[in-house]
Amino acid sequence: MKTLNDLKPGEKATICGFADRDADMAYLMELGMMEGTTVTFVKSAPLGDPIEIDVRGYHLSLRRSRARAIQVAG
Amino acid sequence: MNPTASTATHSLSVALVGNPNTGKTSVFNSLTGLHQKVGNYPGVTVEKKTGLFTDGDTTVNIIDLPGLYSLLPKSLDDKIACDILTDSQALETAVDLIVLVADASNLNRNLYLLTQILDIGKPVILALNMMDMAVKNGLSVDVACLEAALGIPVVPLVAKKEKGIDDLKRAITVLAGQPALNHSHHIDVPEAFTQSLKPLCDYLTEHTDYTQSYCRSLTLRLVSSDDALKYYARDWQQRVDVQQVKQHVHHIRKELEEKEINWHMAEARLRYQWIDRILKSCVSRTGELKAGIGAHLDKILTHPVAGPVIFVTIFAGIFQTIFAFAEIPMGWIESGMNMIGVWAASHIAPGLLQSLIVDGVIAGVGSVLVFLPQILFLFFFLGILEDTGYMARVAFMMDRVMRGAGLSGRSVIPLLSSFACAIPGIMSTRTIHDWKERLITILIAPFMSCSARLPVYILIIGAFIPTGTVMGIISYSALTMLTLYLLGILAAALSAILFKKWIKMPGGKSSFVMELPPYRRPSIKWTMLQMYERARIFVSDAGRIILAITIVLWFLASFPRTEQISPSQGTPIEQSYAGQFGKLIEPLIKPLGFDWKIGIGLITSFAAREVMVSTLATIYNLEDADETAVDLRAALIKDTDPRTGLPTYTLWSALALLVYYVLAMQCMATVAIVRRETNSWRWPLLMIVYMTSLAYLASFAVYQVGTYLWG
Repeated sequence: MKTLNDLKPGEKATICGFADRDADMAYLMELGMMEGTTVTFVKSAPLGDPIEIDVRGYHLSLRRSRARAIQVAG
Repeated sequence: MNPTASTATHSLSVALVGNPNTGKTSVFNSLTGLHQKVGNYPGVTVEKKTGLFTDGDTTVNIIDLPGLYSLLPKSLDDKIACDILTDSQALETAVDLIVLVADASNLNRNLYLLTQILDIGKPVILALNMMDMAVKNGLSVDVACLEAALGIPVVPLVAKKEKGIDDLKRAITVLAGQPALNHSHHIDVPEAFTQSLKPLCDYLTEHTDYTQSYCRSLTLRLVSSDDALKYYARDWQQRVDVQQVKQHVHHIRKELEEKEINWHMAEARLRYQWIDRILKSCVSRTGELKAGIGAHLDKILTHPVAGPVIFVTIFAGIFQTIFAFAEIPMGWIESGMNMIGVWAASHIAPGLLQSLIVDGVIAGVGSVLVFLPQILFLFFFLGILEDTGYMARVAFMMDRVMRGAGLSGRSVIPLLSSFACAIPGIMSTRTIHDWKERLITILIAPFMSCSARLPVYILIIGAFIPTGTVMGIISYSALTMLTLYLLGILAAALSAILFKKWIKMPGGKSSFVMELPPYRRPSIKWTMLQMYERARIFVSDAGRIILAITIVLWFLASFPRTEQISPSQGTPIEQSYAGQFGKLIEPLIKPLGFDWKIGIGLITSFAAREVMVSTLATIYNLEDADETAVDLRAALIKDTDPRTGLPTYTLWSALALLVYYVLAMQCMATVAIVRRETNSWRWPLLMIVYMTSLAYLASFAVYQVGTYLWG
């Protein structure tokens, strides 16, 4: 299964599922990331982690360990 | 505070809420102007800020709440805002009206909080800030359409340019005069879902004073997330049986699963569904979203190589600038204080009173006041960086580094603020979600060299570090200064790793989810306003704490009087109460290269580190028979041991003193704030013992090793 962590800079994808149900995931959903939401991978930080994504027209940063729990398609 | 406030007959209480980075602070500033009150040590919007404006005979009191994404609080800061909005007292009386500030160029996520807040049942106004940015981004926001869809007044604003502020003021007073309205529905809950929620919804309606619409909203939230129950149960007291609510939630979830409805975070799903639907009709794209200057700037600022280099350069530049530019106003203050001293000396008959005023008060307060320009410069630069959105990028870049010490990028901003002052730094840790991570950040924040240490650093470096440059680029003084800052950072990093292992507590799962706001032009005007506030606080502190200590110290250093003592036993000050005390502790600090005068300073420094300077100023002025103020720097260099004839302070004792100031916990106010923020004496006490032992050992090592090898 492809995850948010696998995207390359500039690549766009649609969220299709969450592998975790912890507080971080709940927080991300309140920030507007849910099944069907389109996300664009913007870039990773100078040390490769965390990453920056574009979601609902704003930019959000999260760690790769969390991005790995977000399944995407497309 | 406001002269017109007393003549007003009505008063209104308005809560200002909104997501972080929506320009809420600008809206607050534009609404209240100078009529605002902040706690003694304000962070950016961390402390509860209140302000007011008047309209005719109505006084409108505004509470600026910390930025918030949802009514499901994650951090202490979120909790503070949520508490005010949702506790039953606030629901009844405390807040008359809520103004939600939203970023018009990023409405989608901003409306999530709005739909939650509408359910509370208070009158709400949507303040659509940054309308100019929306236009720039090629968005057309239909205000009338939003008003119709939301059923509340919507006021377009550009708060930084103070556009629309009068409309907002009018909307507040008009809406407050109207009877409470029933908000239309702003969430699509499927019928099958509503049916399942009903039992808990009925239970809450019966056992609380909440409105029906708020109970419905709360039920959905409780079913959506386990964290909601933990938070909302605080307010129910005995009337609601938490176990029963838990059972209800359990049953509802089971029922929903049977109907194949996903209950996990259903609140977020359903609300965003509604938001997406109404925004489709109210916001349209009229132009292309152009990659603005921000995107280009970001490529450079967070570039793998250039990014970290720029980060270090910016901060090095800030400290260099502070030194270079602050000298000029410092000179003015210095000569101003001298003039006052001379004037006072010529108008007061020589004697005790003259000595108290000239050597005590003017010399003491003046020596601290001189550092006001530097402190203001530092706050100015940090304020500007925060305002532009650069600080969030620093957090983004540093997260990976911080992780090694069990921290996250979120700890970076509190730690950087601590370079100005540990107090706002420690208070801004309230945005950190995990408690252990927050605690570690609090414990290491005082290692960052704060502005109160600057006066001591500058005095000692100026007196004892030789002039000259390394390869003609950087002066020895600047290099020493940089080393002191780096030493503090190193001590903080090592301590964090140590604390991570030492402190055993549940949780401790560090995470990092953070919005990266668009780059924005900073508002010089409001940064200046903040500086004015800092200046006021600093001066009034100098006026109170430092003045009091200076007077007490003058007394202790002046008595017993010369007539009562024998000149053979040393100078009068040596035999004074302060001198006797300094001598008492001298054996303890002698191994660090400090004498009794420094000893007195170390004790008085506990009020605030910069008091060291005023203490030394008072001691040397009293020692000096001359009536003009002594040059403290020259006095330190000239000071010789009367018995050996050698200089009292060497390069190594000076360096040991600097190291001691980097590492020791010497600030009463910090101790008090740590006590408040951790709600226990355990952590501030640990902090004092840990930091001061570390400082003692390090200074001991510097003085002994340095003197032995190169002395």
